[in-house]
Amino acid sequence: MSKTLFDKVWDSHVVSTIENGPQILYIDKHLIHEVTSPQAFNELEDRGIPVFRPDQIVATADHNTPTLNQDQPIKDVLSRNQLEQLSENCKKNNITLYELGHKYNGIVHVMAPELGVTQPGLTMVCGDSHTSTHGAFGAIAFGIGTSQVAQVFASQCLLLTKPKSLRVTVNGKLKNGVLPKDVILYIISKLGTNSGTGYFCEYAGNVFEDMSMEGRMTVCNMSIEMGARGGMIAPDETTFEYVKGREFAPKGEAFDKKVAYWKTLPTDSDAKFDKEYSFDAEDIAPMITYGTNPGMGIKISEMIPVDENPSFKKSLAYMNFEAGESLINKPINFVFIGSCTNSRIEDFRVAADYIKGKKKAENVTAWLVPGSKQVETQIIEEGLKSIFVEAGFELRQPGCSACLAMNDDKIPQGEYCVSTSNRNFEGRQGQGSRTILASPLVAAATAVEGKIIDISKQLN
Amino acid sequence: MEKFTTLQSRAIPLNIENVDTDQIIPARFLKATDREGFGNNVFRDWRYDKDGTINTDFTLNDSRYSGRILVAGDNFGCGSSREHAAWAITDFGFKVVVSSFFADIFKGNALNNGLLPVQVSPAFLSDLMQKIVSNPETELVVDLENQTISVKDSELSENFEIDAYKKTCMINGYDDIDYLINNKEQIEAFEAQKIY
Repeated sequence: MSKTLFDKVWDSHVVSTIENGPQILYIDKHLIHEVTSPQAFNELEDRGIPVFRPDQIVATADHNTPTLNQDQPIKDVLSRNQLEQLSENCKKNNITLYELGHKYNGIVHVMAPELGVTQPGLTMVCGDSHTSTHGAFGAIAFGIGTSQVAQVFASQCLLLTKPKSLRVTVNGKLKNGVLPKDVILYIISKLGTNSGTGYFCEYAGNVFEDMSMEGRMTVCNMSIEMGARGGMIAPDETTFEYVKGREFAPKGEAFDKKVAYWKTLPTDSDAKFDKEYSFDAEDIAPMITYGTNPGMGIKISEMIPVDENPSFKKSLAYMNFEAGESLINKPINFVFIGSCTNSRIEDFRVAADYIKGKKKAENVTAWLVPGSKQVETQIIEEGLKSIFVEAGFELRQPGCSACLAMNDDKIPQGEYCVSTSNRNFEGRQGQGSRTILASPLVAAATAVEGKIIDISKQLN
Repeated sequence: MEKFTTLQSRAIPLNIENVDTDQIIPARFLKATDREGFGNNVFRDWRYDKDGTINTDFTLNDSRYSGRILVAGDNFGCGSSREHAAWAITDFGFKVVVSSFFADIFKGNALNNGLLPVQVSPAFLSDLMQKIVSNPETELVVDLENQTISVKDSELSENFEIDAYKKTCMINGYDDIDYLINNKEQIEAFEAQKIY
């Protein structure tokens, strides 16, 4: 029978099926971090259960880490305690940890692909909803809760019901200035925040085939923002080329054997999906959000829609925007380029390319937070740091930072932040903060202008 | 995990759609390393103003409403995978959340913590909201065995779906770890013959 990419990977990982119930799904790689793992370690300890496959777990510290003075002891007691617990738990259970300051430390969804931990055909989980990122390699990757983190610790498996399949196809040529972030923001704005709930999504079409691995990661990262547990893109030469030679990638003959297997994974031409959508690349333009969920997005050139739904109105009231108005020329005081969505080297290259020879506007505080130590090093080695510093941007140390504002990187009450992150929920970037999601290019332009501009006009 | 069979209780209406996990429990409260105490901060930024003043307009602070059932708008629990959201809701005292749609990860987290997500039709949800708002003393009955939710002393009732395995777990207070550990041999056999 014809199978989708998702079917092939899923079916090859089913240990067994409970009659009229879920399946036992084997998990190849388990990524953990300091925030959603401590309670799982405690649970195992309380029940006297050992960690089953510690060598299939990779740990990093990212959510709750400072982005300044990482070489100093962490001031916040609770944060310090959480990181200490992670170190202790990893040590006790023989789990590899790339702690703060390690050359491989970084946001879990940036460092794992970078190290070659992420590979096609694998099943991967993490106590973080943006685990969908790793689907860019043709892996089944999804976020789990802490009880499930404990289950994977205990058995390297999860009990799951197979989700339905969804395919989003985008063909055509993207316009100048339209980045992968715009593509996914556009898709979510069209489909809404719960269209993918209960589904695993495959992205297909030449737009994704032509994208770099980093672009594909940006797209898959936000699958969860339309409700889909995960997103996937068929592995191809771009994927193999990216994985090749990385720290934990198979080497030599073993690599060639893997590639031969990975080539069997793409969806069969006559495979059926439970739901399909398709879009024209030409219809996509640089995007921006105006509300408090990622589905509330428009092209920068468009007006905020008019809607009488009370939740919609509540959202606009929170943002202090009016239905029917344009966001162009709205003054913006904060810009954040970072997060597991957009903190890879290509994102900083795009930003630097735009910023070069310009200065940030005086009213703007602009934070650039690399996704990992390796990205930070690349920024310095490629000479991007000096471009940023000369333009008045602040390059910080790696971590999740202002994407969720668990550390000190918070946007003040009532302020707008044009952010390359993934969620514009109320207070996401600090109590009372107002988030506007955009691509790294739009974020860089906003920082330079001190207000929202129509970037496509400037480019053409 | 605490067992769940039936519950009769008043309910608290939260007539907002797309309630995300950052509203249920803001990220700044995720620094704890145990599961207890999150109820103090559930819906923190809707319950309190930034200076700590109680927001009396918010449903959880409205003295007319009480009970162990939260009745919420469509797409409840979207956003992050933080199980802290389920812990916060249960720690506050809820045993059931009713909505016309739940986000996947939240639903799973709720079931793993003895918090029953009851998905009803949009029409039933709207009727339920109206009933509770017009009479906050309205009692609801949630019967897991028969998979029904009804308004006491009225005709209003609906069946709800739940995975048969999860239903058994909830009724008996089992969790997935018990099941998985008992299948270790099968898992090891799978590891030995993996095809990929």
